[in-house]
Amino acid sequence: MTSSAKSNLLHFGMLAGLVILFFILPIYHVGVLSRVMVMAIYAMGFNLLFGYTGLLSLGHAMFFAAGMYGFGLAIKFGGFPVPAAFVVGLMSAALLALVVGLLALRTAGVAFMIVTLMFAQTAYLVVLYFGKYTRGDEGFILQQAERSLFGLDLTSETGRYFTAFTLFAVCFIALAKLVQTPFGKRLVAIRENEERARMLGYDAGRYKLYALIVSGTVSGLAGVSYALLFGYIGATFSTVQYSIFPLLWVLLGGAGTTIGPFIGVLFMFYLIDISSGYTNAYMLIAGVVLVLLTVFAPKGIAGTLKARAFPWLP
Amino acid sequence: MEFGPHLMLASLEGAVISAILVLTAMGLSIVFGVMRIVNVAHGEFFMLGAVLAWYITTFLGGHPALGFGVALIVAPLLVGCSAAFADRAILKRINYDPDRTIVATIGMLYIIQQTTLMTFGPEARPVEAPFNHRLSLPWFEFGENGFVMTWPWGLSTTSYKLFVIIAALTVLIALWLFLTRTKIGLIMRATQQDSEMAQAFGVPVGKVYSWVFGLGAGLAALGAVLVVPIQQAHYLMGHDPLLLAFIVVIIGGLGSLPGTVIAALLIGMSDGIISVFFSPTLAKIIATFLVAMVLVFRPQGLLGKTVP
Repeated sequence: MTSSAKSNLLHFGMLAGLVILFFILPIYHVGVLSRVMVMAIYAMGFNLLFGYTGLLSLGHAMFFAAGMYGFGLAIKFGGFPVPAAFVVGLMSAALLALVVGLLALRTAGVAFMIVTLMFAQTAYLVVLYFGKYTRGDEGFILQQAERSLFGLDLTSETGRYFTAFTLFAVCFIALAKLVQTPFGKRLVAIRENEERARMLGYDAGRYKLYALIVSGTVSGLAGVSYALLFGYIGATFSTVQYSIFPLLWVLLGGAGTTIGPFIGVLFMFYLIDISSGYTNAYMLIAGVVLVLLTVFAPKGIAGTLKARAFPWLP
Repeated sequence: MEFGPHLMLASLEGAVISAILVLTAMGLSIVFGVMRIVNVAHGEFFMLGAVLAWYITTFLGGHPALGFGVALIVAPLLVGCSAAFADRAILKRINYDPDRTIVATIGMLYIIQQTTLMTFGPEARPVEAPFNHRLSLPWFEFGENGFVMTWPWGLSTTSYKLFVIIAALTVLIALWLFLTRTKIGLIMRATQQDSEMAQAFGVPVGKVYSWVFGLGAGLAALGAVLVVPIQQAHYLMGHDPLLLAFIVVIIGGLGSLPGTVIAALLIGMSDGIISVFFSPTLAKIIATFLVAMVLVFRPQGLLGKTVP
């Protein structure tokens, strides 16, 4: 079997597995898995920029929040129907990514991380400042009637699971295909050696901007999905912590691999779920995992598997 | 109160903020200057200093000045040593690679913060100031009866706040003497200019890095011990100093120490004044955004000369 056939088999096998899991898992784990799939969309968006293009952003929470608030506010105050609000959420994230990209991509390396961190902090403070509409840290709830998509009941576990699954599957397959296209290969070329990519005639600045826009939009989609499926919109999702999470997930799962983000989110969710039974300082686990990963396994789970056992792993 | 006295009060507050900020930012700036790494856990070392000060004063009891005096020396030393240990155990292993260092220090941030949450708890705890006399300040006005000196109600400060400003100045001068007049300072500056060449001349660069990392954390802790009688010790208190220190270091020019001092004064004073007259959130939004813009359009900072 060729390696592309193997990776296709892996991708569709994983999606099929997720469908089967719904029928055999207890209801609690089905709920967890819906959440994991939504957050995996976020991680995949981050992975396109960090894993494939080599740009480390510490401010992705602003795109997540842009999608979330674009969607939520459009419904709450604009009275938009759900599909239109969905598009509004995506557009806000894409627009924010465009503006941030035009400014932040003038810098590189450490400066890029700090600039994105600062922009995200500004976004968080803006959310707090307009507390009259956003309700700040407290957040607001979208009622069931306000967020039913094409008559689907998104408050039932079944409706929620399969909507999350559909959104996840579309992003998963689309991004897996995207990184195989010439566009994706150019992003990897920029990650490996930007100077050289430029020498070969590729407009590195433009491709980085495109990567940031796609990455920001996918992260925004995750924000929209979260608001749509769980009905809660709050400023917590724009804090620094939510910019650190995707980095943690992607590093844990394996940066620059297609299945890495999902594996990372799944591991981290259960790690936190189990540890929060013992202590309320569950972020301690996140810290320890981050340090251990950077010191001992910078390639993450999927990356290590790829290097040690399965060189065909996408 | 009239505008004039109000402004004076605001500038006094600003001066206290600047005094603390200059110590914290100096720590970050020295670490960046010598080691070329960004320490995201810097704010947690600040918090650790404040929390240790609380433990020390509570443990010793007695007159507040006794506990505070001990905390002023012991807390920065302890924090500095643990930071140097973290440098040895973590940062050295990843070879001070800039990207991975950021990720590792984010990890350290959560480890320190959450460990404090588990041991110290989520409450904010006060530390009593060693002395706290209320000092009324005069205000001069040119009125109908010529030049008069009045004592407006509410225009006052405390002796402790003045002490903070003087203490910060003293530490700053000591630091400057240390860096320019001692052999260790010379070695640090040599490492900053060219670490490979320094190594070739027999400078133990690895050790210097641990020392510098410890010194930076110790400075943050010192600032925290000074601030803790004004602001209570809390496990999340490291967040704002980190952001402000970032802002200062960037505006001052990454790694430029004189720039850091000037920027700390600028940011501290304006933070004090703006948050008295305007909404603090709006002030923060503007400050954060402007700093990002400085970094985008003048990556070397306002005073820095070399691009890092």
